[in-house]
Amino acid sequence: MAHPHATGDATAAVAHEHHFPEKAGQYVRIGIILVVLTALEVGAYEVAHRAHGTALGAVWFIPTILALSALKFALVALYYMHLKWDGRLLKGVFSFSLFVAAIVILALMALMFYHYAFNATLPKVT
Amino acid sequence: MAHAEAHALHPETSTGIDNRKLAIWTFIGSECLFFASLISTYLVYKGKSLVGPFPKDIFEIPLVTFGTALLLFSSLFVVLSLNAAEQGNRKKTILWLALTITCGLFFVGMQVYEFSHFVHKGLTMQGNLFGASFYTLTGFHGTHVTIGVIWLFTVFIEVLRGKVPPAKALNLEIAALYWHFVDVVWIVIFPVVYLMN
Repeated sequence: MAHPHATGDATAAVAHEHHFPEKAGQYVRIGIILVVLTALEVGAYEVAHRAHGTALGAVWFIPTILALSALKFALVALYYMHLKWDGRLLKGVFSFSLFVAAIVILALMALMFYHYAFNATLPKVT
Repeated sequence: MAHAEAHALHPETSTGIDNRKLAIWTFIGSECLFFASLISTYLVYKGKSLVGPFPKDIFEIPLVTFGTALLLFSSLFVVLSLNAAEQGNRKKTILWLALTITCGLFFVGMQVYEFSHFVHKGLTMQGNLFGASFYTLTGFHGTHVTIGVIWLFTVFIEVLRGKVPPAKALNLEIAALYWHFVDVVWIVIFPVVYLMN
């Protein structure tokens, strides 16, 4: 890092004024955790697939895979997207969007489940 | 002088947050709803195809895992690039940003290969519900990745020209936020589409 007093560089001086923290080490640690979580996801898929012929046959598979995915999502959002350090407004914008997105997914799935389960006159699709 | 320069670059707002940053977060929020509708459409039509090819016939998990790793590494590289830009380290900013763009390009290449391979195996948009919902979801994600690569490349050019000093690191941060969002969407798509087949 160029020190403002050593170089006289105005841009480095601005960086000094802003007190941007050095977080490279933390980012690398999060990166390693993300890789490990992805390896666990694929490992869970392989174990479940070999044990039951299809991964979906294992009862524990879907909760495990969704939990790992949610953890990865949270790590990227909190640390890489800086939501952990951002203000309540930005946290609120993203959280509200995720909440509505979850409602959209659940509502559409419930609606279509009802549609397929109780409507025998559905047109055939390929 | 430095403080005045910083103040001029980031004028006061009523929220205390730079308007561009608030705008990108609002945009990301709207994109959450966009991808939620695509993911739910995929889930609704999951297992409803009457004719093949079916997911278990064509998915290549090792290839997609490699693509997932590329996107995860690219997210790490872009945040390291932003960190370097904030510290005023131009060389590291360029290095990490170049690696981010490279990972993004490899991911797009992986997806182009995957799509052409699937078409060769008979999976088309018109063939069955799986093909239509799969190509729509992953195709839109791939388009977002491509846009992200182009955006990061324009920032890369700006960094090369010395136009992204620490006071203007927000220019890179906004592009990085978009890139991270593309990554988190894939974090959802990878298990839902590929692993839960």
